Amino acid sequence: MRTLNDLLQTHPIFHDFSSSFIADIAECSQEKEFEPDQYIFWSGHEADYFYILREGAVALQARTPDQGMVTVETLHNGDVMGWSWLFPPYKWHYDAQALEPTTAVVIDARCIKGKCESNHELGYELMLRFGRIVVDRLMATRMRMLDIFSQTK
Amino acid sequence: MGEAISNYAKRILPSTDLDRLLEALQQKGYTLVGPTVRENAIVLEEIEGAEDLPVGWTETQEAGSYKLSRNGSEEYFDFASGPHSFKKYLFPPRLKLWQAKRHRAGFKVEQENDQAPSYAFIGVRSCDLCAIEIQDKVFMGDSYVDPVYKERREKAFILAVNCTKPGNLCFCSSMDTGPKAKSGYDLAVTEQLKESEHVFLIQAGSEKGHELLEALELADADEGAVEFENKQLEDAATSMGRFLDTHKLPSVLKNNFEHPRWEQIADRCLSCANCTLVCPTCFCHTVEDTTDLTGDVAERWRQWDSCFTGDFTYFAGGSARASTKSRYRQWLTHKLSTWTDQFGTFGCVGCGRCIAWCPVGIDLTEEAAAIRATDLVSD
Amino acid sequence: MIAALASPMLTTPWPIIKTHRENSDTFTLELEPPESNGPFAFKPGQFNMLYVFGVGEIPISISSDAGNPETILHTTRKVGTVTNALGELRTGDSIGIRGPFGTNWPVEEAVGKDVVIVAGGIGLAPLRPALLHLLEHRRQYKNVILLYGSRTPEEMLFRKDLEKWSSQLDIQVYVTVDRATRSWRGMVGVVTPLVHRAPFDRKNAVAMVCGPEIMMRYATEELQRRGVPDDMIYLSMERNMKCAIGMCGHCQYSSEFICKDGPVFSYDRIAHLMGKNEV
Repeated sequence: MRTLNDLLQTHPIFHDFSSSFIADIAECSQEKEFEPDQYIFWSGHEADYFYILREGAVALQARTPDQGMVTVETLHNGDVMGWSWLFPPYKWHYDAQALEPTTAVVIDARCIKGKCESNHELGYELMLRFGRIVVDRLMATRMRMLDIFSQTK
Repeated sequence: MGEAISNYAKRILPSTDLDRLLEALQQKGYTLVGPTVRENAIVLEEIEGAEDLPVGWTETQEAGSYKLSRNGSEEYFDFASGPHSFKKYLFPPRLKLWQAKRHRAGFKVEQENDQAPSYAFIGVRSCDLCAIEIQDKVFMGDSYVDPVYKERREKAFILAVNCTKPGNLCFCSSMDTGPKAKSGYDLAVTEQLKESEHVFLIQAGSEKGHELLEALELADADEGAVEFENKQLEDAATSMGRFLDTHKLPSVLKNNFEHPRWEQIADRCLSCANCTLVCPTCFCHTVEDTTDLTGDVAERWRQWDSCFTGDFTYFAGGSARASTKSRYRQWLTHKLSTWTDQFGTFGCVGCGRCIAWCPVGIDLTEEAAAIRATDLVSD
Repeated sequence: MIAALASPMLTTPWPIIKTHRENSDTFTLELEPPESNGPFAFKPGQFNMLYVFGVGEIPISISSDAGNPETILHTTRKVGTVTNALGELRTGDSIGIRGPFGTNWPVEEAVGKDVVIVAGGIGLAPLRPALLHLLEHRRQYKNVILLYGSRTPEEMLFRKDLEKWSSQLDIQVYVTVDRATRSWRGMVGVVTPLVHRAPFDRKNAVAMVCGPEIMMRYATEELQRRGVPDDMIYLSMERNMKCAIGMCGHCQYSSEFICKDGPVFSYDRIAHLMGKNEV
C-alpha cells in the first residue's frame, strides 16, 4: 500500500525534495475522490486548498454572457491545480468541475503556509516549484492567445 | 575550380585570322554569342563576326558605376565583365515550359520544345566558365535534370579567353576561379598585343575544339609566346581590384546571423534584385501559370526570380523573409556560405558584377570583410 | 541531337473522384492516379505539386494510406489563390499532379520503438499516412500515441479516424482544443504539455511532429525535457515552393532545400535554425 508520502515523493513537482519536506507536506495532505460532474470549488469562494490530480480530469470554467459556462482549461493526472491560496484575496477565480471520476491529493493551504512561515527553506523550495508551474501555464495560455491554428491573420 | 590542364598543343592564331575561327564555328552550325557594344555597355549578344567585337572599347567600373569608353586599342578583349553573363542563353530569363488545353472534363498537357540553336560562346572568361560549371550542378547535378538547360549546355561550344585585364571590381584570384581558364572549354585563347604583332595563343580543351583547331592549320606557339602568356596571367592574378578572404568564410557568416552589419546594409539596400539578375550563378526562378482570354488554353512559364522580392518566400499568409535585412543576409550567406553545403563550391566567382550594378554601390567583398572583422563568434 | 527529356515540370491530369469537407475552410480531394503513368507510389510524409488549370501550382502533402496508392487524398485549407480554386473543384474535374517529392516520416527507423505523434491543426494531414502505416504494421511498434491539438472541436480534421482510433486499444489518442464550446467534454488547452504525461519510453521513442512552426518548437522543447534525443525528433517544415526539385530556390532554409532535403527533417539537422527569425 502506497502511503501519502510515497505519492508525494513520486510526483515531479517534489522531485529531489528532502524527505523531511515531503513529511511536512504529507502532514497537511489527504486523498480525496470526486464524482463526475462534482464541483471541487467555486469562483469567489475561499481558496483554502490546492490539489495534485492523481487520476481523472477537471475543467476550470467561467461564466460568459453569451455562452454560459465555458471551459477555459482542463487539468489532468499529474497536474497541480490551484494557486489562489498563495495571494490575497485568497479566493478562487474559476469553478472547478470533475469531468470523470477523479482522485486528488488535497493540501491544506493554511497548514502548509504555517509550515512555510516557520521554515523558509521549505517555503522557498515550494515557491520555486509553483513558479515553474505558473510560468508553464502562462506560456500555454499565451500560445492559445496567438491562435496559431487560425488562418485569418 | 577544377585543376584539369589541357594536354593539347598551343598554337598561334594571328588576330587577323580570328574571323577564320569564327567562320569555322558558323560553318559547323553554331550561332555566335559574344561581347559587343550596345546601350553604353559591353553586352553579350548574337554576333556575326569579329567586327562585332568591342575592339577599341573598354570600361571603368566602380561600386555602383560602369562607364564605357574608347581606348583606341586594337585588342578585342580589353575589358572586364559587363552586365550580361552567358547564363541568359543556358538558363533563359523567360521560358515557356508547356501549354495545356481543356479536353472534356480535364485537360491535356503538351511539352514545349526548346527551339534554341547551338551556341558558340565567344570570349568566356574563366569566372564565367566557373559560373557555368556551378549552374551545371544546380540544373543537372542531382536526381532531377532541367532538360532545356541540359540540351543547350551540351550543344554549346565554349571559346574561352584567358583574362589578362582584370577590372577594378574583380576578385577571381580570391575565389580560385581565374584568371586562367582551367577546364570546361573547347578552345581557350590568350590575346597578345606586342609592338610588332597581335596574336592569340590558342589551345584546345576538348576533342571538339581540337578538331576545329586542326582544320585551321596554325603554327605551333614558340617558347617566347608561352612565357609571355605565363607572365600575362601572373600579372593578372596580382592586379585584382578587389579581394575576398575566403578562409572559414562559410562558418564566419553562419555564426554571424545576428550581426548588426546586416541592419546597416539594409539601410542602403533597395532590395531591387539587380545583383541577382547580373550574377552569373544566381539560379532562382519562379513559375507562372496563365490562361488565354477564353480560359481554354493554359501556359506555364518559367522566369528569373530574386530572393530580394517580397513574394519570394510568401506562403500561408506571410513572407518568411519580410525585411530587407533578412533578404540581403540570405543572398550573401547563400553565395558565400550555404552554397558550399548545397553544391560543394561557393556561389560567387569573383566577377564583380553585383558591385558595379548595385544602384547604391554595396560591395559584397567589403560587407563580408566587415562581418569578419567584427566576428561575433570568433573561434 | 539529344533526345528530349521529359521535363520534371510537366504535370499530369488526375481526375477528382470525390471531395469531402473537413471543416469550414478545410477539404479533402480524393484523386485517382491515371494508369497510363504506371503505378503511383509514395511514402508517408511526402507531398505532391497540385496544379489548378491556369491558376497555379502549390505543394500539398499526401494524406492517404501509402499502402493503397490507387486512391490519393490531399487535405488542405483555403488560404490562397490556388487553394481557393482547389476548393471550388468538384467530382469529375481534373487537377495536375507532379510528385511525389521530398523526404518521409521515419516509419522504418521507428520499428521496435514507441512512437509519439504530435500534430497541430492542419498538421495532422501529412501525419495521417504515418499513423495509417503504424496501425497497419502495428506489431512492429511498441506504444503508439497521438497528441492532437485543434483550434475548436469543430475544426478537427479526420473526425471519423479520430473517433475510430480513440476507441482502439492499440493507439492512445489525446485530443485537445484551444477554445471549447459548451458541448465539448474533452481536453481544453495546448497540445504541447500533453507530451509530459504521454506514456512512452524516452530512451526508445521516436517523435513525429507537424503543425505551425511555433507549436513544433514548443513540442520539441517538451520532448527534450522528457529526454528524447534530438535525432529521434522529426519535424515537417513548410516553405514557398515553385519547382519541388531543388532548382527554383524558393524553399531554401539556410543550407536546406525544404523540397528535397525535407519536408521531414530530424530535429538535430535543423535545431540551429529553429526559432531564428527570417532564416
